[in-house]
Amino acid sequence: MWAWLHRLASPKRFYRWSGTLARWAGWFSLLLGVSGLYYALLASPPDYQQGESVRIMYVHVPAAWLSMFIYMNIAAASLISLVWRIKVADMFAAASAPIGAWFTFLALVTGALWGKPMWGAWWIWDARLTAELILLFLYLGYIGLLSSIDERDTAARAAAVLALVGVVNIPIIHYSVEWWSTLHQGATVTKFEKPSLPWSMLRPLLLMSLSATLFYIMVAMRQARAELLSRETDSSWVRELVAGQLGSGSR
Amino acid sequence: MDEFLHMGGYALYVWVSYLLGLLVVVVNLWQTWRAERVVWRQLKRRQRRDESKTS
Amino acid sequence: MSLLRAGSALLRRDLSLAMRQRGQWLNPLLFFVLVVALFPLGLNPDPNLLRTIAPGVIWVGALLAAMLSLETLFRSDFDDGSLEQMALTSHPLALLVLAKSMAHWLVSGLPLLLMAPLLALLLNLESHAVLILLTTLALGTPLLSLIGGIGVALTVGLRRGGVLLSLLVLPLYVPVLIFAAGAVGNAQAGMAVTGQLAFLGALLALAIALAPLATAAALRISLD
Repeated sequence: MWAWLHRLASPKRFYRWSGTLARWAGWFSLLLGVSGLYYALLASPPDYQQGESVRIMYVHVPAAWLSMFIYMNIAAASLISLVWRIKVADMFAAASAPIGAWFTFLALVTGALWGKPMWGAWWIWDARLTAELILLFLYLGYIGLLSSIDERDTAARAAAVLALVGVVNIPIIHYSVEWWSTLHQGATVTKFEKPSLPWSMLRPLLLMSLSATLFYIMVAMRQARAELLSRETDSSWVRELVAGQLGSGSR
Repeated sequence: MDEFLHMGGYALYVWVSYLLGLLVVVVNLWQTWRAERVVWRQLKRRQRRDESKTS
Repeated sequence: MSLLRAGSALLRRDLSLAMRQRGQWLNPLLFFVLVVALFPLGLNPDPNLLRTIAPGVIWVGALLAAMLSLETLFRSDFDDGSLEQMALTSHPLALLVLAKSMAHWLVSGLPLLLMAPLLALLLNLESHAVLILLTTLALGTPLLSLIGGIGVALTVGLRRGGVLLSLLVLPLYVPVLIFAAGAVGNAQAGMAVTGQLAFLGALLALAIALAPLATAAALRISLD
């Protein structure tokens, strides 16, 4: 059964299927993104309490979701890399990290922008935002470790260990920050606690989240492929690929 | 149209959020294009060098 | 040589090395006291204010002092090649790491514990909360050594890994800080602390079981 995984991970095969995946993901991301924006900005109601500022949710929540999803992907890829020694998993993880850091940053800033009109303060130590801040540090540490070790494969393996240690800690961090937050803010509703959303608001939320996820997949796949090409320059399949591209006169 | 831009008084917060989102998308796309461009340039240069050697 | 004898030999070796270099246990301790003493100076020495911030300040001080002391865990062994020798023995590296972590705690964590009552005095911490403070330090400082060990192992091969080490390790320390300072704060208010202490205990058990494994894996990678 794992032979399937190994075959899929062979550089040449990975290059082919990831290209197809990236292309589909890209187009669907665009499609869903455009319709998501339409619903988010135009065709959804303002909130009864928050007014038009609720529209920030359609950027903040997808960003926050992605920040977690990407970290999970990095952890999964790290596990695959360490256990089965599959190099493309390393490349995918390394490509994912900056994207994850950007979306975490976006989640934090949109969180502040959402919070200012609501609570009157740019930053409150709300459980979710605080945990998001710590997640940003986890990302930066991962990226920092990758870039400070010169030897590429050693760096990838060290970063993989770090990612797995981080992923074990994430539930612990979330739990402790939740506890700390309720301790200091009482049992009042944390502002991002949503009661069940009406479909008119759920729809743009889902569209934007899906669009963002597919965007991530496209970008991560393309960057991983670029890294793969630069590492496999001397192999025959790459030579054939380049020759083909030069011959057809494109790119 | 005016009301749309005004966003019920929250214009600054809402539009900055969306623009930032757009910025993140653009930055990541740009990084991707740059990585691909660099690699392809190297590969093509190498290929041309090899071809001129054999011809 | 049996595993137990190897472990205790390693423990004794690290302890005697540390005893010879006073800085190893003295520096983090002095840093701890200094950091805590800075707060009244930077804020104001009003006893009520100090009492309120005491749990957090003492714990942040302990955290920073622990971070400062982490380098000594593997640095000299890495530099002179003994770490490589340890990795090559037939004993599981994780258990040797556990022995080293224990030595590290005895040298850098235990002194903090012993100094804490004095600092509690300086910050006007209520006497009924001091026992809880010591309990959280007793549970927490070994945690700091164990978790910190993973970070050190990942960065030991780097020339100037100090800042990166802080970035790697501090997010992992946050839960310890939250529950430890929270427990002391609860004790001050006369509320129950069993939940927080139980959580710290559980974290410690988890760390003793898992952290040496991660540290050993990281060491093998750094030694490559």
